[in-house]
Amino acid sequence: MSWFTQTIKSSLGKKYIMSLTGLMLGGFLLVHAAGNSSIFFGRAAFLSYAGHLHGLGFLLHAAELLLLAIFLVHILTGTILFLGNLGARSSRYAVHNSAGGRSWGSATMPYTGMVIFCFILIHLFNFHFTDHSRTIADIVAEVLARPFYTFIYIVGLSGLGLHVSHGFWSMFQSLGISHPKYDRVIRACAWLVCGLITAVFILIVLLLLVNSNILV
Amino acid sequence: MAAKIISLNLKVWRQNGPDKKGALENYRLENISIDMSFLEMIDVLNEKLTVEGKEPVAFDHDCREGICGMCGAVVDGIAHGPEKETTLCQLHMRHFQDGQTLTIEPFRAKAFPVIKDLVVDRSSLDIIIQAGGFISVNTGSAPDANGIPVPQHKAEQAMDAAACIGCGACVAACPNAAAMLFVSAKISQLALLPQGAPEREKRALSMVQAMDKEGFGNCTNERECEAVCPKGISIRNIARLNREFLRASLLSDEQG
Repeated sequence: MSWFTQTIKSSLGKKYIMSLTGLMLGGFLLVHAAGNSSIFFGRAAFLSYAGHLHGLGFLLHAAELLLLAIFLVHILTGTILFLGNLGARSSRYAVHNSAGGRSWGSATMPYTGMVIFCFILIHLFNFHFTDHSRTIADIVAEVLARPFYTFIYIVGLSGLGLHVSHGFWSMFQSLGISHPKYDRVIRACAWLVCGLITAVFILIVLLLLVNSNILV
Repeated sequence: MAAKIISLNLKVWRQNGPDKKGALENYRLENISIDMSFLEMIDVLNEKLTVEGKEPVAFDHDCREGICGMCGAVVDGIAHGPEKETTLCQLHMRHFQDGQTLTIEPFRAKAFPVIKDLVVDRSSLDIIIQAGGFISVNTGSAPDANGIPVPQHKAEQAMDAAACIGCGACVAACPNAAAMLFVSAKISQLALLPQGAPEREKRALSMVQAMDKEGFGNCTNERECEAVCPKGISIRNIARLNREFLRASLLSDEQG
């Protein structure tokens, strides 16, 4: 077996994959949140952002394919880890308790992951695999004016926030980046990034519920 | 003033053998002195059961002073019970209330099959240690003092990692039944010292390979292991193991 397959087949190797793909997905989220913030500045700003993005042409399609590949690797590796971990405890405890290590985020990682997966599918069918004869601003305004979608989006985004709240710190720990010198900075950044991304997206959703005119 | 004597309702996991089906059984214990250790409380239960002509509860124990790593059970869902940095044998009954119901279960993991009642087979941890191999030290006459320079803080960190008694509570507490805290402590105690340096990469590769082969789960950084460890081993060691394995995978000439 080559050193590479041996590494990625090991339990630690799979964690490295989760960390690195998680880091890239986190980077995507930051860019996505920054781009979508143009909605706060109204229809013209948002359409201009969308226009510039699509102006990238085949580069955008290449980026989309890359993103899809990263997502698939993250989901597939996560599923393998989840099933492996279920199998590693063949009999369940009669009494479940936490000694204080777990957080809501860490305890729900596989489940928030599934919520995010379903949410992304809904999100893609809302805005990507849809009739593009109208402008993206009209499509977004129409979908997010409906309280049903507000609810779906807030559930999905809360799941995302919870996932990132553990994932961000966990990513550093899995790559062995841990030292008293900067542990507190990493933890603070975890909350900052998680809070920032979730807040921006949820604010957009709420803004479009109460005032869809901003995109008209 | 707290009563010196308490009564307890126990639910104890009884299982006759590795392939037998186990179940919780209820026992009532009266007149338990709060100065007893948890294991002495089980001793009292076993004397009672013996007098009644019943099979006593099998449980592991040896030194009963918190240093051998032999004892351990899960009390109300927490490995080694509710006190921090305390083995089951050093847990005293003064930490429990009169009339309290306690559920006592064995350490559960696929890699730790139940032998009987609360006794589990932890030889998978020994197999990981064996996979770690040897370190190179000269035998013969005593070496010169300070012949090998070791920075004081590194020695302290190595000693903190070496405090691991291999009880397996980290595996029992881990939601994924991973052995990462144990393996990371064993890797760290040698990786931090110059004496462990020549075999550093081979050790990381072999021990992780053995850990995976024994059927332990994968670390998802839940931090439950650190919270139950009777020796207070930090998950900073797990980060070091992650570094050691990454370094060995990328840079070493070794083949696992």
